[in-house]
Amino acid sequence: MDGAHDMGGVAWSGPVQPEPNEPVFHAQWERRAFAITMAMARPGGWNIDMSRFAREDRPPEDYLSKSYYQIWLAGLERLMLERGLIASDEIAAGKSLRPAKPVAKTLTPEGVAAMLHRGGPTEREAKRPALFSAGEPVRAKNIHPATHTRLPQYVRGHIGVVERVLGCHVFPDSNASGAGENPQWLYTVSFDARELWGDASEPNLRVSVDAWEPYLERV
Amino acid sequence: MSDHHHHDDHSELSETELRVRALETILTEKGYVDPAALDLLIETYETKVGPRNGARVVARAWADPAFRARLIRDATPAIAELGYAGRQGEHIVALENTPRLHNMVVCTLCSCYPWPVLGLPPVWYKSAPYRSKAVKDPRGVLRDFGFELPEGTDIRVWDSTAEIRYLVLPMRPAGTEGWTEERLAELVTRDSMIGTGLPKQPHEVA
Repeated sequence: MDGAHDMGGVAWSGPVQPEPNEPVFHAQWERRAFAITMAMARPGGWNIDMSRFAREDRPPEDYLSKSYYQIWLAGLERLMLERGLIASDEIAAGKSLRPAKPVAKTLTPEGVAAMLHRGGPTEREAKRPALFSAGEPVRAKNIHPATHTRLPQYVRGHIGVVERVLGCHVFPDSNASGAGENPQWLYTVSFDARELWGDASEPNLRVSVDAWEPYLERV
Repeated sequence: MSDHHHHDDHSELSETELRVRALETILTEKGYVDPAALDLLIETYETKVGPRNGARVVARAWADPAFRARLIRDATPAIAELGYAGRQGEHIVALENTPRLHNMVVCTLCSCYPWPVLGLPPVWYKSAPYRSKAVKDPRGVLRDFGFELPEGTDIRVWDSTAEIRYLVLPMRPAGTEGWTEERLAELVTRDSMIGTGLPKQPHEVA
């Protein structure tokens, strides 16, 4: 979707502000918000693409007014409310008001290391050969789906070069909507900055995105 | 996002705090989460998984040419040799800086970052200024970080739009011949592995 999360190249006032000796978390609630989000994925039954969509699918003024972990929290609440795992009156009451729904196994302390080590690899066996090969020019399609996509707006319609063929990977546009993994070939496609930003752009700059085959077309 | 301002508004902060507490209570009461597992997740990312892991990878690549070759060819198994793997680092690619080429990593769409080697991303990495500017004006970003690259250096920006995670392999500072991996690792900063900084010089860690 075309949302405020898609920030590449958007005019934004002010410099990047690194924080010296930055702590991992800035408040106790951030620690807990991070941990419950991590722990809820399995019992909740959603995947990473559904999580991303739940975070980004909101009006720009909402997205931009929230801090990073506030967005995580809003996304988590939405995923749980949609599935009836919790209800709004329970959040307001600050306690459970009805029995739990049956869920997949709860994450235990003993299971944490294994869960993190396993991660969520996205590469899948290819069912057909890749359409494009390294060195080939391709155009990023000019698409504006209302649903989840990982093709940033700043490359749409522009011509780049396939740099690497990265294997066949779970396709977020399908996976986010519950339509299944629908694995697709994934490529690193790099663009000359002048193609993206015009002749006045910095010299000697190339920018790449990782793009699934359905995002690309032959030139 | 208002990442840089969230200390200012105390009423908003306490509202969020209450909401998180309410959620954790509800989820615990329903048996969806185990608070001891939450504690362990937090402890893991505050004390075990962080940029010191990546610094060890870079130091080994500087000290061991065979490891460096494996890292450039296929970083995920090479990094696993040091015991780092898993969540948000399932498919890692190492990007080698050279005197002619400087690599920088961003995620314009969210906050994708190689957790097993760098830990959780800093606030600036997730902020609107970095996510918007890195792909358009990376030299301006580097100036925000207080340095300039030599003129004529090519810049290559990698936007992490899929599940591939990128680790920059910075250039080994001069004057470190014969150093052990442990000493070399002290030179490797987090930002040098994102491409928004350079490694420390030998005199800075003497």
